[in-house]
Amino acid sequence: MIELISTQQCIACDKCILVCPTNVFDRGADGLPVISRQSDCQTCFQCEANCPADALFVAPHTHPLPEASFAHDEEHLRRTGLLGSYRRDIGWGRGRTPAAARAVGPALSPSGPPLIS
Amino acid sequence: MTLELTTDVLVVGGGPAATWAALKAAEEGAAVVLADKGYCGTSGATASVGTGVWYVPPEPDAREAAMASREALGGYLADRRWMARVLDETYERVNELADAKYPFPVGPDGTSLRNGLQGPEYMRRQRIRVRRAGVTILDHSPVTELLTSFDGAVAGAAGHQRQADRPFRVRAGAVVLATGGCAFLSKAFGCNVNTGDGALFAAEAGAELSGMEFSNSYGIAPEHTSVTKTAFYNYATFYRADGSVLEGAGSQRGRSVIARTLLSEKVFCKLDLADEAAQKAMRLAQPNFFLTFDRLGVNPFTDPFAVTLLAEGTVRGTGGIRIVDDGCATTVPGLYAAGDAATRELICGGFTGGGSHNAAWAISSGSWSGRAAARFARSIGRGARRVQAAGGAGLRPAGRSSDVDIAEAVRTVQAEVLPYDKNYLRHGDVLRDALGVLDGVWESLRSVESAGIASVPARQAAAMVAHARWMYTSALVRNESRGMAKRLDHPELDPSQHHRITSGGLDRVWARPEVAA
Repeated sequence: MIELISTQQCIACDKCILVCPTNVFDRGADGLPVISRQSDCQTCFQCEANCPADALFVAPHTHPLPEASFAHDEEHLRRTGLLGSYRRDIGWGRGRTPAAARAVGPALSPSGPPLIS
Repeated sequence: MTLELTTDVLVVGGGPAATWAALKAAEEGAAVVLADKGYCGTSGATASVGTGVWYVPPEPDAREAAMASREALGGYLADRRWMARVLDETYERVNELADAKYPFPVGPDGTSLRNGLQGPEYMRRQRIRVRRAGVTILDHSPVTELLTSFDGAVAGAAGHQRQADRPFRVRAGAVVLATGGCAFLSKAFGCNVNTGDGALFAAEAGAELSGMEFSNSYGIAPEHTSVTKTAFYNYATFYRADGSVLEGAGSQRGRSVIARTLLSEKVFCKLDLADEAAQKAMRLAQPNFFLTFDRLGVNPFTDPFAVTLLAEGTVRGTGGIRIVDDGCATTVPGLYAAGDAATRELICGGFTGGGSHNAAWAISSGSWSGRAAARFARSIGRGARRVQAAGGAGLRPAGRSSDVDIAEAVRTVQAEVLPYDKNYLRHGDVLRDALGVLDGVWESLRSVESAGIASVPARQAAAMVAHARWMYTSALVRNESRGMAKRLDHPELDPSQHHRITSGGLDRVWARPEVAA
């Protein structure tokens, strides 16, 4: 689920509010997004993929994590490279090549083509 | 203030089938509105998951092998003519994506590989293409009901924009339902927008369903997580807690062994059959598959991790709205169905594995329905028609209205359709008991009056309970095991039941063998 919005990195572009398919965010009084309906989060990582500032972190768990969890430790997420890692992995963002272009996976059968998705 | 729009074609949904429908309707010269519950470009299973595509070059041997490959698995309910036209249409449309600069990778031999699509990349590009085609996109605009004209034809839809918090109504010459399947809010990857809304709307307008017994699909995911991408579990060995191998368990064959075991104990997994080269390539093919593991700090190739099975209902199951012609028309004039919302039996029969057929179906049925809807809209013209709202349960009470806890109703439905020992490992006695509970939920939702934003969850609840009742009623009519519709009390395939099962109805649900046309 969405667990973290970095107020330090957020540029208040509203993108996450717009793209979230299950409408989890609202715009807060200060213009930054707030997680209003976390229980509606379907853990699809789309907000993170679409955040141009790498300001969001979606934990892989489909239930909320306690306050002390790694998912709320912004410094840890930055240090370990997890913050913004999905966007990097799919090659989105200025100067990057869409990862689709190099998505040549293994072939699951001897005669089959390589898996590309 | 209600947002009022008039258009030729209204497309409901925002995933692949919806975007292809919108594109092809616009190419036919129609004015098109696309209304999505979420955000067109991120909504639905494909945008998050990505998908293989049934992309087969037009070489007779390759096409023959492709068509033959899953006929037996599907219980011989697929139709060769439909398979052939889906292969043709998909081949053309995927090449169209390449022309539109989708960055297909290049294989070791220098050829462009086109047998799959990365979800986020595919759908962000589809959104751009739809916008460029002049389609009006309404995001965060869940449709809650269809509008019908005096003669019974579908003439638009209404709903409530949840971010703008205002009602909207779109009058249209034709409507394409591309709302996806129904995964019952199981949190399977990207599937929580898929609550079967389109099937409810269709049934309220008088349309029929088909193949609803093929609705017990479950995807593997690491326990307590969402990523139900299953291809790489081909490299898996499944274990019990004590480290012994769980015999018979597997991703493609043996998923039911996992389900049965999960009823009483945890099941663990390691992708220990992947060699180093495969491991490296897997990351390139499916970066989203590794999101979960990287964030959990688990090395899936060496560390055993607990797994679960999440219901994917008719998202991966093949049942859906029955279509009656090559343009994906339903039995109701002006109403078309595409993608997972429509039955996929025509090309899959009673079984579907990975996404490749599903993606091909979304592309093909989306394109056909968009074109056909545009032609239908043109044929009836733009004249004003008197319309009435068709929505019932969860919206307009049948008699006296009463307060119903919608969240509780959803939990009750989930308790009948998510457990492995009810929906996956089906037994007639269990299905009959479940139907009794589900009928009760339907009855209570018939007394609900809702408006505004509250109508959205109420209608989703109604759609899910309707879906569940068609599923189990159909499953009880198929007294055999065929495709994914296996029955513990009828474990064998019965050649005399080689037919599709049509279903429908709301207050009175029915299912019966399809009468050959």
